[in-house]
Amino acid sequence: MRKLTRRAALAVGASGVALTVVGWGSDARAAAKEAADEVAKFTGGKTAEQGKISIELPEIAENGNTVPLTVSVNAPMTADNYVSDVLVVSEGNPNPGMITFHFTPLSGKAEAQTRIRLAATQNIVVVAKTSGGQFYIGQKQVKVTIGGCGG
Amino acid sequence: MITRREMLQVSAATAALTAGGANFTRAFAQQRLTQDELLKFDALGNVTLLHVADIHGQLMPVYFREPSVNLGVGEARGQPPHLTGTDFLKRFGIPEKSASAYAMTSENFAALAKSYGKIGGLDRLATVVKKVRAERGDKVLLLDGGDTWQGSLGANSSKGQDMVDCMALLKPDAMTGHWEFTYGEARVNELIKGLGFPFLALNIRDTEWNEPAFEPMKMFERGGVKVAVLGQAFPYTPVANPRWLMPKWSFGIREEEVRAQVDKARKAGAQLVVLLSHNGFDVDRKLASRVAGIDVILTSHTHDALPEAVTVGKTLLIASGSHGKFVSRLDLDVQDGAVKGFRYKLIPLFADAIAPDAEMAAAITKARAPYAKELARVVGQADSLLYRRGNFNGTFDDLICAALLKERDAEIVLSPGFRWGTSVLPGAPITMEDIHNATAITYPQVYRLPMTGARLKDILEDVADNLFNPDPYYQQGGDMVRCGGLGYAIDVGKPVGQRISAMTHLKSGQPIEPMREYTVAGWASVNEGTEGPPVWDLVERYVAAEKTVRIEPNSSVKISGA
Repeated sequence: MRKLTRRAALAVGASGVALTVVGWGSDARAAAKEAADEVAKFTGGKTAEQGKISIELPEIAENGNTVPLTVSVNAPMTADNYVSDVLVVSEGNPNPGMITFHFTPLSGKAEAQTRIRLAATQNIVVVAKTSGGQFYIGQKQVKVTIGGCGG
Repeated sequence: MITRREMLQVSAATAALTAGGANFTRAFAQQRLTQDELLKFDALGNVTLLHVADIHGQLMPVYFREPSVNLGVGEARGQPPHLTGTDFLKRFGIPEKSASAYAMTSENFAALAKSYGKIGGLDRLATVVKKVRAERGDKVLLLDGGDTWQGSLGANSSKGQDMVDCMALLKPDAMTGHWEFTYGEARVNELIKGLGFPFLALNIRDTEWNEPAFEPMKMFERGGVKVAVLGQAFPYTPVANPRWLMPKWSFGIREEEVRAQVDKARKAGAQLVVLLSHNGFDVDRKLASRVAGIDVILTSHTHDALPEAVTVGKTLLIASGSHGKFVSRLDLDVQDGAVKGFRYKLIPLFADAIAPDAEMAAAITKARAPYAKELARVVGQADSLLYRRGNFNGTFDDLICAALLKERDAEIVLSPGFRWGTSVLPGAPITMEDIHNATAITYPQVYRLPMTGARLKDILEDVADNLFNPDPYYQQGGDMVRCGGLGYAIDVGKPVGQRISAMTHLKSGQPIEPMREYTVAGWASVNEGTEGPPVWDLVERYVAAEKTVRIEPNSSVKISGA
């Protein structure tokens, strides 16, 4: 199946996916604890299961200022079983909360693409909430390097 | 046809082999270094893959010393290709001081080089390719793993044209790339347009729309078998090399995309799926364990030369060495969409044994003509072996560091851990060709900057993690940055930020102070607008002043945790 392109993502956005992009806060790095708090706030303290989430991020960022991110959640997206919200959390930026994607059954699939800014090497955590009130979690490490000595 | 001159060289080589018997083992004396013996192959099945990679601009035969230090971490620890010297020889049952030992390891390199001579040359490669095609007819695919267009004065001056022109005579079926991209997007597109065969890279997308920027795959029919060749360019080109030279292209391992292309190829009827990869060996080994359906990965980038195929599940990994020293021949018996059998040989192109192809030899002479005088210009003499390959240092890099310390009046020098660059034997003249073979890049400016001790530590940690991160997907495949005037200890088993300690300013013997600024010179900066003289000028000036270069063993890096 063809990957959602940015053009397509913009089209999907226009038809119902709302993006909430959280800006930069203080210079202090968010500790993993703050990221965990952000996740807990989203899940209301419920345990999130590993799985169902696919995170497409580079292992090593080419440019930490604009890192392409695609998240997708394996869900039927029917009226009684769909993914309603997907939270993206940073463990290494000044503010842990990065984006929340909102979906409806009319979204067709729970997939979205955007670009994120990474201050340093860190884990990106993605949490999905289903219409049934279940939570799924996944993460991926992205390295931000000084670069220049490979070859 | 063998010319008279070549015949004399062959007999001279043979004479050396037998006459040198007193100094060498019996196994050595028994070696028969003839073209027939080197090409001898018991053909198998219905498809033959020929693979070359990492030629790095070398049209002519070369001396190239393989590494004596090539550490593996995590699951790769102690596994091929992370074996060197006698461990390598034992593992593959290669007699000491044999022709294969000389070609594949660093053991007794300088002495054996004098007996066995240079290896490689596109004219020798052409001879082998023609012979195999004559023998195997429509069963043959010739695939170039990339890093072909860069690494010499001629390649750099002609922006890859000399390599493209000569490689065209071999009629490769496909290629992929890495250093090719450092000629810039416009030049790469221009060269690809004239190739006459596809430049495959499934893992490059345009940065604007995140859509495929290159052909991902090409389907061939060979020996009645549908063969899909997928191309994978070096995933970290815009990280390890200047991103400003390829601003519209985004790379990455893109494992999902590899999986999707394999599935697509199988659905399109491919009975054999080949990944022509510039990932580096450890990345490919991990990829093979995670992506089903790839029959063969033709690896490259990390410059490993392995005499046997490495098997991961049902996938065969082939490592064909570098600098044109080898060509791999892999015969496959493909039946009902599966590999039923294979036979493999890493063929070393001993220049004294394999006859040069006349057509290619003429093309090489023509390609080198504009630079012939400069290439041959002698600037000094080597009193000890000059080589580059190795995880932490090489004597050619020690020479570059010494040159930059002096010529840029620096306290510390940082020199990139490239894996390409040919060797110079003790007693041999150092020519401009040798210097360019170690420095020929499109961003050669030598900067001179103040850096704090803390910044230097960050750089060493960062590069060390590119090399020793236990997860291969986070490795970039170069060697450790070379340091002049700076010693350090490294524990390769530690996580990032904790590997480097005991940083010492060698001249004063004092520990590096985190807050103090040091004057640092270096080259190959990935930053746009870096200013300074080209590195080859400074090395030339230094060698000319020294006249004779002797590099003592380097003990400034203390290694542990391996």
